[in-house]
Amino acid sequence: MPHIPLPEHLPGITGLLEYRLDTALPIRELTQILLRGESTLTPGERELIATLVSARNETRFCTAAHTKAADLLLGENETAWKVKQDYETAPVSEKMKALLAIAARAQRSGKDVTPEAVERAKQAGATDREIHDTVLITALFCLYNKYVDGLASVTPTDPAYYQRLGERIVQGYKRPPGGFPVPPKT
Amino acid sequence: MPHIQLPEGLPGIRGPMAFSPETAKPLNELANALLRTDDGLSRAERELIATYVSSENDCFFCQTIHGAVASYYWGDENGEFVKAVKENYGQTLLSSKLKALLAIAGSVQKGGKQVTPEQVHEARQQGATDKDIHDTVLIAAAFCMFNRYVDGLATWAPDNPELYKFRATKIAEYGYTADDHYMPR
Repeated sequence: MPHIPLPEHLPGITGLLEYRLDTALPIRELTQILLRGESTLTPGERELIATLVSARNETRFCTAAHTKAADLLLGENETAWKVKQDYETAPVSEKMKALLAIAARAQRSGKDVTPEAVERAKQAGATDREIHDTVLITALFCLYNKYVDGLASVTPTDPAYYQRLGERIVQGYKRPPGGFPVPPKT
Repeated sequence: MPHIQLPEGLPGIRGPMAFSPETAKPLNELANALLRTDDGLSRAERELIATYVSSENDCFFCQTIHGAVASYYWGDENGEFVKAVKENYGQTLLSSKLKALLAIAGSVQKGGKQVTPEQVHEARQQGATDKDIHDTVLIAAAFCMFNRYVDGLATWAPDNPELYKFRATKIAEYGYTADDHYMPR
């Protein structure tokens, strides 16, 4: 049960973002820029970073949602699963492995990101912008994961829920113009 | 030395924010929305939560600048009060409500799941509203983001406490979205 009353039809992060709209707006905008904005990393690659960080924080809602988004963007469901098991042996580029290693370190603490970890990414062709974005995506998902778990919002168990959510966030992270009205009882 | 080439001479988070102005905008807007309101929790209380979480994350820049802002609001001229809160808030003269909320913030810093129903119950017993609890969790979560951004890129931070004190007066006046005021002109 959530620690504060939240709309029953909005589990996970959605009810929290609706709870305080003035803080949700910049959080949504930041996510849209980082995960869907112009970048030399594909949206699928950026979702893999979000997935790894959420998995390491053991936030089941965010892990399921971003795994699904990565699967839909990559057109297969193997890579995200393998990244969560062991990104060093996952079917991703050397550059992505190095960036995921930075994300895994920043998830624990910003101070765990070593010059060696950054040098590895640069040797594999990562740009300063890609390293910057990897650190900030990781930091942002630590916010999300702690927000969701810290208020104990509901985690749906029905896979169909994450299919619908995944399809929605593939399109982007902005709030729908009409918000999230209570669905009619069927 | 920072991990990536950042514009030089800008303290802490201002370096990556100058490197990436597009993401700086929502980051600063979030800081304003969370910290520059007295709706429920006061600005002074909000900055104290931000300072405490940054201290638990061992982020020098964030705990120093937000500590300076908190000291400004609390009339803590020599910074001793904020220092005592960081070291052991339970022993300070803070309200029972804020102590209960700092316990929740401390749990969020360790991991969202560390927040217990008992901690939330205690905060309510001491007069915290749902929104106070929400804002405490989100401030703590947001500073786990800001702290990682600052330290994950190994940004530079000045040592001189006077510089933070000066900047704090400008933050109190103009907020986080305004131009930098680190150096007296």
